[in-house]
Amino acid sequence: MEPMGKVLQIDFEKCTGCRLCELVCSVFHDGVSNAARSRIKVIKWESEGVYIPMACQQCQDAPCMIICPTNAIYRDEELNRVMVNQDKCIGCRSCVAVCPFGAMNFNVIDRKVFKCDFCDGDPQCVRFCDVKAVEYVEADRVSISKTRTAAEKITTAQKQALALESELP
Amino acid sequence: MALNRKIAYIDLSTGKIEVRPIPLEVRKKFLGGRGLDAYLLYNHTEKGCDPLGPDNTLMVSGGILSATLASASARFHMMAKSPLGGLLGSANGGGFFAPELAWAGFHHLVIKGKASEPVYLWIHNGHIEIRDATHIWGKTVPDTQWAIREELGDEDIKSLVIGPAGENLVRFANVMTGIKNSGGRTGMGAVMGSKNLKAIAARGTMDIKIAHPKEALDFNKRFIEQITTAKVNQTQGTLGTPFIWGATNSWGGIRTRNFQYNQMLYCDEIEPEAIDDNCAETIGPYHMAGCFGCQVHCRAQYKIPSGPYAGRYDEGPEYTSQGAFCGEPDVASLEHLLAGNHLVDQWGLDNLETGSLISWAMELYELGILTDKETDGLDLRFGNGDAMLEMIRRICFREGWLGNVLADGGIIASEKIGKNSFDYLIQVKGVSNLHSDERATPALALNIATASRGSDHLRSRPAIDLYHLPEEVLRKIYSSPVPYDGPLSSEHTEYIGKPWQVFWQENCYMGVDCLGICKYHTTFLGATLPNFEDWSKVLYYNTGLELSPRDIWDVAVRANMVERLFNLREGLTREDLKKGDMLNHRYFDEPTRRGAPDVVGTVIDREKFKKMIDEFYEYKGLDQNGVPKPETLKRLGLDKEPSHLL
Repeated sequence: MEPMGKVLQIDFEKCTGCRLCELVCSVFHDGVSNAARSRIKVIKWESEGVYIPMACQQCQDAPCMIICPTNAIYRDEELNRVMVNQDKCIGCRSCVAVCPFGAMNFNVIDRKVFKCDFCDGDPQCVRFCDVKAVEYVEADRVSISKTRTAAEKITTAQKQALALESELP
Repeated sequence: MALNRKIAYIDLSTGKIEVRPIPLEVRKKFLGGRGLDAYLLYNHTEKGCDPLGPDNTLMVSGGILSATLASASARFHMMAKSPLGGLLGSANGGGFFAPELAWAGFHHLVIKGKASEPVYLWIHNGHIEIRDATHIWGKTVPDTQWAIREELGDEDIKSLVIGPAGENLVRFANVMTGIKNSGGRTGMGAVMGSKNLKAIAARGTMDIKIAHPKEALDFNKRFIEQITTAKVNQTQGTLGTPFIWGATNSWGGIRTRNFQYNQMLYCDEIEPEAIDDNCAETIGPYHMAGCFGCQVHCRAQYKIPSGPYAGRYDEGPEYTSQGAFCGEPDVASLEHLLAGNHLVDQWGLDNLETGSLISWAMELYELGILTDKETDGLDLRFGNGDAMLEMIRRICFREGWLGNVLADGGIIASEKIGKNSFDYLIQVKGVSNLHSDERATPALALNIATASRGSDHLRSRPAIDLYHLPEEVLRKIYSSPVPYDGPLSSEHTEYIGKPWQVFWQENCYMGVDCLGICKYHTTFLGATLPNFEDWSKVLYYNTGLELSPRDIWDVAVRANMVERLFNLREGLTREDLKKGDMLNHRYFDEPTRRGAPDVVGTVIDREKFKKMIDEFYEYKGLDQNGVPKPETLKRLGLDKEPSHLL
């Protein structure tokens, strides 16, 4: 079996703020259009043009799991995700309070907590994001794009330094 | 589900609010959005009402597909009698307001009367409240929105607002949401201002049930692929609408110095690539923003690099701003383009109308029809960018003799300025033309002459006519969903076949406006984009409503006819220069002076233009005076209007 350690990789610089991720999330999970039911949310600073999609990080040491008084929250190792057992959940919202990312949500319509479940391995936010602001990648590959960017900066600096040296008398 | 979204009747004079369902039979006849707004306007306004009086009725709506999986189902629509031309007032915009209105439980608002003090509407999960707005009156467009969020304690509230221009009853004040999304044309902001209505705020968490979720998701994915693989949208998603500038200007389609030239010289500085280079502090690799659910993301984000507004964030400048603040006044300056765009976004003015009227005044000033007395000493010659910016301010705040006069729009201004000033006013039905010059493109000339809300490029323009597409490609597009075997020409300077193209586009655009989808997702700038066939499916998957492509076409024809009926009731006559399907004499009398070999030296041929109108009327089922024949109204089920079903 191939390793399933995938996570959502969010590149906020690419996000155009369209919120299609919120729409497809609610349609996929609940069959309705309703941003309030979305597991992913685009936080905006509209007067600066900054948009940042926020979703569950599926923490290794998940605070929501630790705080849950009924052990309703558990780790699904197969898909590397943190899940809520709705049969055990008593709706106390302790998990909502402790989540450092605000990614555990409370649905005022059904009075239940809900969170990202990777759409069982085919995250719809990733499927529909044309600019690839949200991607579904192996956890150990998240840092590689940053490593490459940093490396590019170093090579550019080196080239500039060499060019400067060659101009010296 | 989408079909259970409500209509609310709001009387600002009495404070009475009534909420009703929208019957299915009405949906099948008009769908929603602009189509249903047209029906409501015809049924809820009295002939000859004062556009800025309490009797004018203002419609606010989202399309039937608002907030559903229809790629860019973000459009809101507004309609009322226009204070600008006295005929149909209609404005359409993107952003995030329409989906929020739908989540709050509503598709349509019908607003009558006038509040005694400034108010705003607060629409929240099925409830509507009229709230005091005296403390936000006077605020700019963005500040108004932030103030409402702060007052109600919810940063997810989306508002449609007016700025100072709407409060000051500038007859081409727009209605805005977000940083720059505007319902720009025909002065809907002035109508809101006349009702003391500063804003409409919406917030909702009500489910919209999707009829067939899996199919809707899959179809939306295919829709997006069709839309994003079109080269035109890829370019638009990188550079925004200014990408059109270079090509149009090079063949000679840009109105310059009001209407003296059809090409602007030495204007590399305002090309989109130059805008990118100079606005160094753009955001992210895309520096583009999208409206709700849209993968075209055509809104360029920028920070003004220099000048009095340095460091300010804004979106755009659109192609329209390039024409309004550069081409028409002949100001080849990036700084003035960005500043002009920023001012109209802050104050809530229609950029197109503002720039057009200032350019008209510049021509009158150079001709001596306007003097330093009327301009209060302002040197209003072409090319004076600072004077242009100052005039924007004077118009918005109705300052100085000319500022106050221009704020009333071209027709009223021409009566106050007198002499032969009207001869130089480039308008149809009292509404200024886009900066495009249509003397070499008969199809586009027919489009602006017959557009229902006055001169306009978003009502029936066959923009793909400029691409010289092979005849068989044109035939494939233009003979569905109704058969057409008449002539078609790939030549944009031709008159043959153009009336059918304009008629087809008129129905295509009405279709998207009823559904609430953006025009960049249909046969407007790209020939491969979705239309009737796809809408039939997307409508079914999302709402469960079964309408064939032909049914949607019929809705569009019917809704366009209702707009026609409204205009006729308010005095439209075929060749009237102020209220007719007629162009300024300069289109027929002054040959173009610049441009490509097949463009330079052309005028619109008066006789051929007349024949095009005849043919266009024939397709619409109108007699030669432009009045619908009795059998046309019967066929469309409009023989008993106003029928007051809603």
